[in-house]
Amino acid sequence: MTEEIKLMKGNEAIAHAAIRYGTDGYFGYPITPQSEILETLMAEMPWKKNGMVVLQAESEVAAINMIYGGAASGKRVMTSSSSPGISLKQEGISYLAGADLPCLIVNIMRGGPGLGTIQPSQADYFQTVKGGGHGDYRLITLAPNSVQEMADFVTLGFDLAFKYSNPCMILSDGIIGQMMEKVVLPPYRERKSEAEIRKESPWATQGKLKGNKPNIITSLELDPEIMEENNNRFQAKYRKIEETEVRYEEFHCADAEYLLIAFGSSARICQKVVELAREEGMKLGLLRPITLWPFPTKVIAESANKVKGILSVELNAGQMVEDVRLAVNGKVRVEHFGRLGGIVFTPDEILAALKEKIINHE
Amino acid sequence: MELIDIIKPENLVYDKPELMNDNPMHYCPGCSHGVIHKLIAEVIADMGMEEKTIGVSPVGCAVFAYNYLDIDWVEAAHGRAPAVATALKRLNKNKMIFTYQGDGDLAAIGTAETIHAANRGENIVIVFVNNAIYGMTGGQMAPTTLEGMPTSTCPYGRDIALNGYPLKISNILAQLDGTCYVTRQSVQTAAAVRKAKKSLHKAFENSMAGKGTSVVEFVSTCSSGWKMTPEQSNDWMVEHMFPFYPLGDLKNVE
Repeated sequence: MTEEIKLMKGNEAIAHAAIRYGTDGYFGYPITPQSEILETLMAEMPWKKNGMVVLQAESEVAAINMIYGGAASGKRVMTSSSSPGISLKQEGISYLAGADLPCLIVNIMRGGPGLGTIQPSQADYFQTVKGGGHGDYRLITLAPNSVQEMADFVTLGFDLAFKYSNPCMILSDGIIGQMMEKVVLPPYRERKSEAEIRKESPWATQGKLKGNKPNIITSLELDPEIMEENNNRFQAKYRKIEETEVRYEEFHCADAEYLLIAFGSSARICQKVVELAREEGMKLGLLRPITLWPFPTKVIAESANKVKGILSVELNAGQMVEDVRLAVNGKVRVEHFGRLGGIVFTPDEILAALKEKIINHE
Repeated sequence: MELIDIIKPENLVYDKPELMNDNPMHYCPGCSHGVIHKLIAEVIADMGMEEKTIGVSPVGCAVFAYNYLDIDWVEAAHGRAPAVATALKRLNKNKMIFTYQGDGDLAAIGTAETIHAANRGENIVIVFVNNAIYGMTGGQMAPTTLEGMPTSTCPYGRDIALNGYPLKISNILAQLDGTCYVTRQSVQTAAAVRKAKKSLHKAFENSMAGKGTSVVEFVSTCSSGWKMTPEQSNDWMVEHMFPFYPLGDLKNVE
């Protein structure tokens, strides 16, 4: 059978992929530039086909707490929003992490701070990978750079969330969310039955069967010694994810003398920069982190032994560059180039910045 | 007659509900929570729904409700129980879902979630314990604190000019098209307890019949927060709380 190729926006791809994955519930609140996710789901009416619940909540706060309730009962649930709305969800994300609950959260980033702008940005990197909500927790973070990956990462995100019983975030932006590209959507899957949920997620609140102990979903523990044990359990889980789930992509890295590091939409633009540089005879490579947490620290540390300098290219004031510098640990020069407030850099600007900040500094 | 002749099943007049476990309760003497927990346990068992019931506990004194009733529980963030219950019910339509919330949780921080869940007519039961004070955090002013009633954050009594009016949230909920049953009950006498149990039974039946949201408010005491004996608290509640929060059905759609 030939693959069915469709043309659609990144946001629409997420909605279609969610239906096809067998997602049990989507709960969200409108905000630009991600409203097409909720709009597409409402137009598709998946509840008529397989019973998937789609609900427009009264707020982002309510939506993330609906995710908490759905996830507690072992269901595949997801929400989406954009930067200001994701800020509102942070308390709920911390609760989800603190209760070991799997779920998928999508952030189609826009420029901030505050109400900011509806134009694209990557300024929620810190919020996503360093915390956002309170307490020591981590979010598995996937950064798609195409409409195809928007669809693919719904499957990957849910699979990782359930593998580790941990919330997972797709961290994208207004460029990838709004742009149209060809995409091959995943095949349709059945939703899980109650029997499958009871078997695969024995912790889920599906009603206590006679002879079983009650299932209690909570992040509360007033005994500090048990709370420390809980935290140690989270940390052990995070170390395992860091060992197992790092994903990245290399573009012309084998012979590279200089390296760009960029994620998501910035990485797409940096592919062009690599091509332009190579036309000039410059050996430039691109390393694209696909998982922002766990961060590809090891491969970046190894790159530092081979290249003369690294430029971290981000649509923010310099966030991921801190993790790059930690990985490089002073071995070579690492600088940041970014545009702010919804402005998107051109390949020429990036190439000029590379020359100014890295190459001409030798 | 020897004791052994008296302790026989046929002479049993009172028993611990089977869904209540043996964990010592953290509630203060005279607190209404224990009785309300017991009634919920009885109603779930009477309906034969123990394998299909999921409770949502709040932040507040009842945060640990899950320690006392042997059913599945989800402990919600402060005020968000109706949102949590919304997803639980919509994704698990054959399950019986209830929230258990205090006045601060339901009528202050969670007002939006409460009103919107009720307005959507979610097929859940909201058990609302109104003792006009924040018990868990040490007796601060609640949205339902009466005018002139002292608390640790209005030590000279609730001043309307400063703090606004006590909120009759059940009256608001009764006006929403999504609610089918809104009632105000109490548990300070045996007769009140029997009546309250019937209300809870009706509310839970409504939720499984898909009639919409049912709200059972319990006008309650908080002896520790009110700084009274349990007996004084009951008297004070009857004298001051009942005139402002009168008992009875606010809405009952048959």
